[in-house]
Amino acid sequence: MPLRTALLFVLPALALFGVFILYPMFTALSYSLFEWGGTKRGGFVGLGNFSTLFTAEPFVSTVPIALLHNVLFFLGTMLIQNTVGLGIAFLLFRRSSTRRALQVLYAIPYLVSPIVIGYLWTLLLSPAFGPVNAALKGIGLDGLALPWLGDPDLAIWAVIAISVWQWIGFPVLLYGAALGGIPEELSEAARMDGASNWMTFRRILLPLLTPAIGTVSVLTFIFAMEAFALPYAVGGSTGSPAGATDFISLVFYRTAFESGDPNRIGTSSAMAALLFVLIFGGALLATWALRRVERRVMS
Amino acid sequence: MTATLDRPTPSAPTPPDPRQSRHRRSITPPVGGRIGSTALWTYAIIALIPLLLMVWNSFRTNRDLVTNPLGAPFPPNASSYRTAWTDGSMAQYFVNSVIITVGAVLLSTVVATMASYALARSRSKVIRVIEGLFLSGLMMPIHLAILPIFYLFDSLGLINSLFGLVLLYGASGVPFSIFVLSTFFRQLPAELEEAAQIDGANAWQTFVKIMLPLVRPAVVTVAVFRFVPIWNDFLFPLVLLRDSDKYPLPVGLTSFFAENSANYSAIFAGLVITTLPLIVLFLLATKQIVAGLTAGMSK
Repeated sequence: MPLRTALLFVLPALALFGVFILYPMFTALSYSLFEWGGTKRGGFVGLGNFSTLFTAEPFVSTVPIALLHNVLFFLGTMLIQNTVGLGIAFLLFRRSSTRRALQVLYAIPYLVSPIVIGYLWTLLLSPAFGPVNAALKGIGLDGLALPWLGDPDLAIWAVIAISVWQWIGFPVLLYGAALGGIPEELSEAARMDGASNWMTFRRILLPLLTPAIGTVSVLTFIFAMEAFALPYAVGGSTGSPAGATDFISLVFYRTAFESGDPNRIGTSSAMAALLFVLIFGGALLATWALRRVERRVMS
Repeated sequence: MTATLDRPTPSAPTPPDPRQSRHRRSITPPVGGRIGSTALWTYAIIALIPLLLMVWNSFRTNRDLVTNPLGAPFPPNASSYRTAWTDGSMAQYFVNSVIITVGAVLLSTVVATMASYALARSRSKVIRVIEGLFLSGLMMPIHLAILPIFYLFDSLGLINSLFGLVLLYGASGVPFSIFVLSTFFRQLPAELEEAAQIDGANAWQTFVKIMLPLVRPAVVTVAVFRFVPIWNDFLFPLVLLRDSDKYPLPVGLTSFFAENSANYSAIFAGLVITTLPLIVLFLLATKQIVAGLTAGMSK
């Protein structure tokens, strides 16, 4: 196809993508380097807005806690999704008759909006009338009937559990696809040699799944760092109770759109830039580490 | 990735070996035996029970919910739906969601299909650079550009406009759609176009009459798969819309939740209304959704 024709075909997509995604993405960083008076741009302050985040109230107290919650959220989801998700995918692996049906059932929760999921669990876990605590009491586990989302020590773990419940079908599908891509001859040969299911998994399948595990981990990382709608539904924009479900995206939202701070554009842009670097840097680092592991496993 | 997508079936009889290897798999017993099956079905119940409770409780009266958390919805009472649909303006939110989602999916699918065709058929360096630009969008956390997007919308007069959201979501869908569709176009034999050219068709006619019908399964996959995140998105409409009569369901739900914080039954109905279209879509297009989710995974 000649270049001119090709360009005509590409032009509408490029114009749309350029104006609404690329241009804002590229200007986002520059916002953080200036001082702002309302919506009017002031002088260049270099990294001044970034230092505000680490020295001035309320950021100096909210940002580290929120960031810690993001990290806990990432570690928790990642740990559970990689072990439980992989376990389920492995159990499903040779059940050709029921695999598709089960995969579909596991996938349904993640079609639902995180806002709906957040509100749904807020109601289900309610200490007053929630069916979860009522059921726990019904089977004699009164000690476990706790105010899951109302207790500052428990809330973040409850949020992690809700998110894992919603998303577990995703790693199940991805690991299922990866397991399906491994030649059957390999595990058959191991069986002939007398290896148990566990040995076959540990020694043959797991190393070959490294790329899939890496993909799931990187996606989980990006997802965890961006988490917004679920915590918003569970704890409002302030992360109640007592900031226990605060996330960095919530701090960003409050700063940019709910604070009267005259320099809100500057500080919230610095937060966005920081998060951007964290996500991109983290994803790059993970990909690099993954390549190394892969090379070692494959050789 | 192509293994997970429906390919246009070649007219010549295909060698039967891929099917055979799948059959052979069933000789090796599934992992975990009966205990494994029980565990898998138990998890399926855990995955679905909260969603079933959501539907279940929406058909009970609020009084009944509060006094008997584990009660049954008999006789079913649909009055909470009336509260949500008319008093709670969920009908208005629903229409807004449909306008935004359908508009954006149509827009990004049309422009991305055109662009993908050119990306697959041109060997020019310029086109390669543009393709790289599009694909980089797959990794961009675009929610972080919300401030520049806000001010861009402000300068274009698109704040508080459903059309603005259609443009934004249309643009944000371009990378994924191009990613899936361009690999699909690449599999189509170039002879088809040469034949069409000899018959006197120009590039546009070849695209519409010859290529488009062949990639229809992939186009459907992309459209269905883009529908879900746009329908569920929360941050963009929260920030970019002002009047509540413009809200789509997820944002409308937050004001509905605040207004009916004591009427749990109505909230359950609101959650069901927000989720229903996705479940319908899922039942109609399970295969496309699963294919879209695993796109890019298996080799």
